[in-house]
Amino acid sequence: MRFGVVVFPGSNCDSDTLHALRDVLNQDAVFLWHKDHDLKGVDCVVLPGGFAHGDYLRSGAIAKFSPLMREVGEHAARGGLVLGICNGFQVLLELGLLPGAMLRNKNLKFLCRFVTLRVENERTVFTNRARKGQVLRIPIAHFDGNYYAPPKVLDDVERNSQVVLRYADEQGRLTEEANVNGSMRSIAGLVNKAGNVMGLMPHPERAAEALLGGTDGRVILESVIRGRAS
Amino acid sequence: MIDDRILKDHNLTRDEFKLIVKLVGREPNLTELGIFSVMWSEHCGYKSSRVHLKKLPTKGPAVIQGPGENAGVLDIGDGLAVVFKIESHNHPSFIEPYQGAATGVGGILRDIFTMGARPIAVMDSLRFGPPDQPKNRSIMEGVVSGIAGYGNSFGVPTVGGEVYFDAGYAQNPLVNVFCLGLVQKDKIFYAKTDGVGNAVLYVGAKTGRDGIHGATMASAEFGKETEHKRPNVQVGDPFKEKLLLEACLEAMERGLIVGIQDMGAAGLTCSTSEMAAKSGTGIEVDLDLVPQREAGMTPYEIMLSESQERMLMVARPERVADVQAIFAKWDLDAVVIGKVVEGGRLKVRFHGDEVIDLPVDAIVNLCPAYKRPSVKPKPAKAAGKGAPVSLPDNFSKAFLKLLASPTIADKEWIFRQYDHMVQTNTAFLPGADAAVLRLKGSRRALAASLDGNSLHTRLDPKTGGAAAVAEACRNLACVGARPIGVTNCLNFGNPEKPEVMGQFEAVIEGMIEACKAFAIPVTGGNVSFYNDTEGTSINPTPVLGVVGIIEDIDKAVRPGFKAAGDVVVLLGETKDEIGGSEYLKAVHGREDGPAPRLDLAVEKKVQELCLEAAGLGLLQSAHDLSEGGLAVALAESCFHGRKGLGCVVDLEAGLRPDALLFGESQSRIVVSLRPTDLNRLLELARERKVRAAAIGKVYGESIVLSQAGKKLVDVTVREAFKAWKNAIPDLFKIHA
Repeated sequence: MRFGVVVFPGSNCDSDTLHALRDVLNQDAVFLWHKDHDLKGVDCVVLPGGFAHGDYLRSGAIAKFSPLMREVGEHAARGGLVLGICNGFQVLLELGLLPGAMLRNKNLKFLCRFVTLRVENERTVFTNRARKGQVLRIPIAHFDGNYYAPPKVLDDVERNSQVVLRYADEQGRLTEEANVNGSMRSIAGLVNKAGNVMGLMPHPERAAEALLGGTDGRVILESVIRGRAS
Repeated sequence: MIDDRILKDHNLTRDEFKLIVKLVGREPNLTELGIFSVMWSEHCGYKSSRVHLKKLPTKGPAVIQGPGENAGVLDIGDGLAVVFKIESHNHPSFIEPYQGAATGVGGILRDIFTMGARPIAVMDSLRFGPPDQPKNRSIMEGVVSGIAGYGNSFGVPTVGGEVYFDAGYAQNPLVNVFCLGLVQKDKIFYAKTDGVGNAVLYVGAKTGRDGIHGATMASAEFGKETEHKRPNVQVGDPFKEKLLLEACLEAMERGLIVGIQDMGAAGLTCSTSEMAAKSGTGIEVDLDLVPQREAGMTPYEIMLSESQERMLMVARPERVADVQAIFAKWDLDAVVIGKVVEGGRLKVRFHGDEVIDLPVDAIVNLCPAYKRPSVKPKPAKAAGKGAPVSLPDNFSKAFLKLLASPTIADKEWIFRQYDHMVQTNTAFLPGADAAVLRLKGSRRALAASLDGNSLHTRLDPKTGGAAAVAEACRNLACVGARPIGVTNCLNFGNPEKPEVMGQFEAVIEGMIEACKAFAIPVTGGNVSFYNDTEGTSINPTPVLGVVGIIEDIDKAVRPGFKAAGDVVVLLGETKDEIGGSEYLKAVHGREDGPAPRLDLAVEKKVQELCLEAAGLGLLQSAHDLSEGGLAVALAESCFHGRKGLGCVVDLEAGLRPDALLFGESQSRIVVSLRPTDLNRLLELARERKVRAAAIGKVYGESIVLSQAGKKLVDVTVREAFKAWKNAIPDLFKIHA
């Protein structure tokens, strides 16, 4: 599996993501510059965390116009894998590759902490190493992670099993307290209808080494490496 | 014609003006006067502090760069060096908390990456007025958001620090920002021009009218008209800074530049003249070429603007195109605005006229240094000058009150607004004794701690200065790190007051003794004087940032109790000292002394014992005793440990029970270890002549503290945790 981590101006988890994929998980991984029109033959495009183009407008709103996004769109349309982490998720929403939008966190503050997530759909290419209902402990770090979509869209994504991860407590129960940023239906991670594009607010690359406090992030990354939906 | 009013506006004295005329050989024009005004300000020129700072020990085998550059540099082996520094942004943060704090972060980040290092961690020492006052909360909220807004976007983790609350900071909060960077030893850059004929490049953001005279503002007391100074505070753009970082490091990596200096305080003035002065050259600049954000700016405004996210670079002429290509890739300006010339003069042209022609040496090196009159402070001798301190009726209640006092209470409300994990090196989450950062691809790790107790320092400035160094080192020892160097931020009142100057001199004396005891060099720092509002000075507040190394990250000691049955051991001696304690303040509403004494020889031995025990893998946890004393240290060891673990402790008879539980005697560490390792630790303690006593064990779900069998405190961990955890969020909830 060859990974390409997109570097936007203002990306700041690009190196972390490359480190997790290449140095921790021993994968072939390269950077992709946002101004290029070249995916360098990668199988999975990763849009990393950060503040692409400063995010002074809506998060991800400018990144949508980065030249490479044309190729990323085509890659996704061909069924190629795309994983958006945090700011990358916001970019996927702006690109329209995933439905919905992000609002400010419910407490109106930036929030950096470990959260617990319940795996809702273990049959995607991004979660095939997880069990349904498994609770993963992975950190978040964002200001705009409060997922919003109109009720009809929410019903659609639920019906299609597109909701992959929800904020939950340590026992996997959905509570208001566990839904740290106020997301509708506690949504933390989504796939598109075809199942080849995923966005999630938590940072799996920050939970890939025991030294940093946990390895649950590997469940996501290693699922992609295994590379097939089961 | 320069009259007294103009001089006053420029914060220069008549004598200083006379010296300027002598050095320049004529009366300066207004723009030139503006240049002297900022470069000879306290903030840039260290007028009142230089003669004293010179005495600090700055040498050591690992020192690559001591004070005098943008930041200090220490060799850490394996071809790597650390670059670190601390800076204050106190005045701007009071006037405009969000931008003041944000640009404080931006400024220190540039200091670090100007030297070629990638910033890998930020820590802050923050001091606010009591948070039950809405104004103080609003300043605190603004400062915290500003630090978060800048650091999070830039992509540097804010990994720790300290927060204190005291009425003395209500009109003068302190925002001290520390940054640590990592660089390959052979890729360090300096502020130099080198060869005549080299091109002078302006890179980064455009110049606007913001921040004009920021450095001068920071060098005067505040009065009631402070609000009017809001336009003096710059506005930060962390995204631009991130681009500047990447572009600068790329140009450096490819060896395209000769020298570089950031445009911080005093902007273009400081960067041009300092670079020329350091290399003994002159510099010529044409202001018409400077990228400008607004029309109609005067030379005075362009030269003194403190617009953020700008750098001055020097490159050989044949490299200019390559440098510009890199900056274009990152969507940044890189414009040649002048050249390096012979002759040691700063010459500036504007609309074809020469508007500045000054000797750089006079601007940079000949700022007068004052040995200001000082009065030696008298440390308070006896405890409770007034009424004797009565014992609390209920120790459990006093304990809970102490845990909920804002200075001691949990700071998660603050640090979770900071991205403390980006760059994936943060091995210990904020709240540990010291920040611990792994070095990718190495078994070694870096540790850093910021410390300074201003109440102790007011009561006994010399001991306060020494104790700040000692405590920062002790915090490192608790995680298993050996200190290698220190940076300092010295926050004081008006140096023209002899009492303030006396405090300053005494603090420096204390710092010197402690640095010598630990054999660590001071590699730089910052002095912030004039922390006075309407005539009242803050408590003297030295903040020391110590950096250390852990040889094997697997042996780093993580905070918090690990298992029921582990033995709790107190290293060091508890004395009859309640003076200057948080207990006295929070429970009795008193701030009298004397401050706890400090014996550096004992301190060193306690720390060495802790380090040795950590290296041998004997320690399950270690925690420094500071505000709140033993009781609070034990509670925090419960909170940071495995969920719900309590402890049972029985202490010797003899001392007053409140001194025993809450006193802040120096040089103490509480550790926990497996029962099978106890004898080994006690043996080591005997060999090293360190007092060590097994005082209890990790047990149950309560914190039970007794003296000679008599129970003093008995509180469930759950209740204690609630008091500590909710104190700060509740303040914001209730009043929001």
